[in-house]
Amino acid sequence: MMSAAPAIVVDRLRVVVRNTTRDIVDDVSFEIVPGEVLGLVGESGSGKTTVGLALLGHTRRGVQIGGGSVRMGDVDVIQLSAPELEHMRGRLISYVPQDPAAALNPALRIGTQLREILDAHNYGKSGDERNQRVAEMMREVALPDEASFLKRYPHELSGGQQQRVGLAIAFACRPRVIVLDEPTTGLDVTTQAHVLGTVRELATAHGVAALYVSHDLAVVGTLANRVAVMYAGRVVELGPTADLFRAASHPYTQRLIAAIPHLTGGRELIGIGGRAPSPGRRPSGCMFAPRCAFAQERCTVALPELRPIAVGHVVRCVRAEDVRSQVLARSLDGAREGGRAAQEPILSLTAVSAGYRKRMVVHDVTLQVAPRECLALVGESGSGKTTLARSVAGLHSDRVGQITLNGVQLAQSARDRPREQRRMIQYVFQNPYGSLNPRRTIGHIIRQPLELFGKASGAETDRKVGEMLDRVSLSASYADRYPEQLSGGERQRVAIARALVCEPSVLVCDEVTSALDVSVQAAIVELLASLQRDLGLAMLFVTHNLPLVRSIAQRVAVMNQGRIIELGDVDQVLGAPKDPYTNRLLSDTPSLEVALETAQSS
Amino acid sequence: MAVLNPLVAQEPPLVQSKRPAGVILGALALGRTRIGLALVVLIAGIAIFGPLLAPHGPADFIGLPNQLPSGAARFGTDHLGQDVWSRFLDGGRTILILATASTLLGLTLGTAIGLLAAYSRGPLDDVLMRGMDVILAFPQILLTLVAISTLGPSGWLMVLAVGLTNMPRVARITRGAAQPIVERDFVAAAEAIGVPRWRILFGEVLPNVLSPLMVESSLRLTYSIGVIAAIAFLGFTTNPNGADWGLMIQENFIALVVQPWGVVLPMAAVAMLTMGTGMIGDGIARAAAGIDRSRSGE
Repeated sequence: MMSAAPAIVVDRLRVVVRNTTRDIVDDVSFEIVPGEVLGLVGESGSGKTTVGLALLGHTRRGVQIGGGSVRMGDVDVIQLSAPELEHMRGRLISYVPQDPAAALNPALRIGTQLREILDAHNYGKSGDERNQRVAEMMREVALPDEASFLKRYPHELSGGQQQRVGLAIAFACRPRVIVLDEPTTGLDVTTQAHVLGTVRELATAHGVAALYVSHDLAVVGTLANRVAVMYAGRVVELGPTADLFRAASHPYTQRLIAAIPHLTGGRELIGIGGRAPSPGRRPSGCMFAPRCAFAQERCTVALPELRPIAVGHVVRCVRAEDVRSQVLARSLDGAREGGRAAQEPILSLTAVSAGYRKRMVVHDVTLQVAPRECLALVGESGSGKTTLARSVAGLHSDRVGQITLNGVQLAQSARDRPREQRRMIQYVFQNPYGSLNPRRTIGHIIRQPLELFGKASGAETDRKVGEMLDRVSLSASYADRYPEQLSGGERQRVAIARALVCEPSVLVCDEVTSALDVSVQAAIVELLASLQRDLGLAMLFVTHNLPLVRSIAQRVAVMNQGRIIELGDVDQVLGAPKDPYTNRLLSDTPSLEVALETAQSS
Repeated sequence: MAVLNPLVAQEPPLVQSKRPAGVILGALALGRTRIGLALVVLIAGIAIFGPLLAPHGPADFIGLPNQLPSGAARFGTDHLGQDVWSRFLDGGRTILILATASTLLGLTLGTAIGLLAAYSRGPLDDVLMRGMDVILAFPQILLTLVAISTLGPSGWLMVLAVGLTNMPRVARITRGAAQPIVERDFVAAAEAIGVPRWRILFGEVLPNVLSPLMVESSLRLTYSIGVIAAIAFLGFTTNPNGADWGLMIQENFIALVVQPWGVVLPMAAVAMLTMGTGMIGDGIARAAAGIDRSRSGE
């Protein structure tokens, strides 16, 4: 299968900031044969999307291609003129963007949009043939092909259906190469599983070479034949999926894999300390050296070249053999030990229903959280889990039923609760880019609850702020900075510090890692788990990420359409789910282990 | 081919709005802001220190009416034989004080109402903003005229009338800017720990809407100067014995062909002042929106 001539060959691609020598991406080389899916993995800022766009001869504003070539047959895409590019895009190479809702024209029927691409490239001979092709495409992406469906507007479709339309448009002219830029990021696991299946089928059936750009190693593991890992604008490792995941030979790949939560066995997540260097401030030598446990003096001298380590497996590390032979120590400690429900619950919900006016999104929820216990609340988007969490914190007041804290009933709205209750329940928000006031310094943000709850005054406040920053692994110098000067992970640490500074008993975490990269997510979960243990917190951990549950919670509640459908110990619920919905959720969740098993057997 | 256009880059929106200090520094780097500032400083300087430099009292008769400039009267005399130069130096204070005070009043009330409306949403938002719409329905100058023609011209009434007519415009801008801010999670975070409403409004939300407010305040100042000059031109003056730029224009425009200085001096001053505040506002707006990126290498 790999013997066919490559459909696209990328050779020493270099992308720079316009009119400078600051590179965003450098020395990226790979080829994809027809029918193959190459996964391009990296964290935010690694340059993976830049590479994906460069394959179509496009760069974002302020950026230009600084060298190298992207060859499809005899043609170098980078050398093409604008009209030639226009002629090529959509016909020979096409692109599926991340957000289908933004990519489809909201004012045009989807049938029209599908026809548009065929018309633009004069596909086939007649209008009838094009209409047939539209119907055929709809069937290929498993959407209904009847006229009534084609007359719908994008907003009348679900997110998954929209992305299928995006796929249909991309595959419409039977291109030779397709670039998929995180096409499933905004989708639920079940929808994601279906979309991934469709991509896989289409690529193999029509011999399309696909570049799948993603930050999600598990997704790439289930889909790709080969994987390229990017770090700071360079490919650091490229190899067959199974070999790369089983015997990662670059320290970064290894750490990245260690940061992924496992679905089958709970284990401590290991984050990667430090931050990736940004363009223009990249160190000489190996980019990863400052964060690398294997780093030696020679690593900082010159950037290592990519060199083969196994069949079809190249790596950019001078100590690849050492790295490859050493499997990163994993503490498979089972479910985390913590408080048990045997204790008197600190937080108790009885028959809680919540919603917006007449429309209820949470129905009749009853659950308890004991001190020192972490209960994970899992569900897909729209399951009502965030509404429930906000009700607990008094941020959503349209609810009925009882919520008690230490046996005392809580008012609907946080404003109507006594000060002590407000202090005892703290909330960490999903998006650290929105939860910190951009006009306030970090010090001010953390100081506010302290002053409000009268926990400290004067010099003691500053001392406590410093202590708290230290606890969340930030230095005290952060107190004078503004949120915009911090990375996403650092901001979330600040948000956690703000929540914990007034010594609460219950911490509600709403999808706190969903806006963050995997390595940062691992570090945040690590931090939360240790703080929960040390401070004896009761925690309600809301997430859509099932594998993550293993790494932090003792008990889990699965929510679907506003109801708790399964509640129990993590091992029991994730190991032997009773409810078919939980089962489906589990089987649809992409997991590295499963991916590796399938890779091995095929 | 416009359907799935790969040219629509998937860039994360960089809505890192700038801090007010950064906006001011950015505005000062622009030529228009500097010129505007120079004009305002010049005219404000004349208005503030002018009375100290005036060779004659504003109500002193020094010669025949409508005399062209001579040794005794640098810019001639006005329709009553008073010194144009002295009256010009003396006449800026009123307009400057009244305009500034009414702008401040409008800003304070408008900001408070706009913030409250945006934060409360619901019925209070509707009531407040419809109230603002009612005031907006009347031309600014008409409302002011009605007020002072019924109650008589006095300083506080002018400030009140012009200030109140400034208010709905400020309120609208503030509400518009604050609406996306109150939805942000940091506001919810403050609510969750029970930060008092007024502290959320002025401590959390207000700092995030300062940039549009700075632009709006210079715009309101420009309009206030215009309205107050116009009111004075129509003959309503707070100090019948003193001088006033607007009043001077009205008094002397009959003799424009014979003795232009009595009109030209105050007119130029008012024009330069409004142009100055306008240019400052423009500069701030450009700096806040990041239009003129002077050192953009990318």
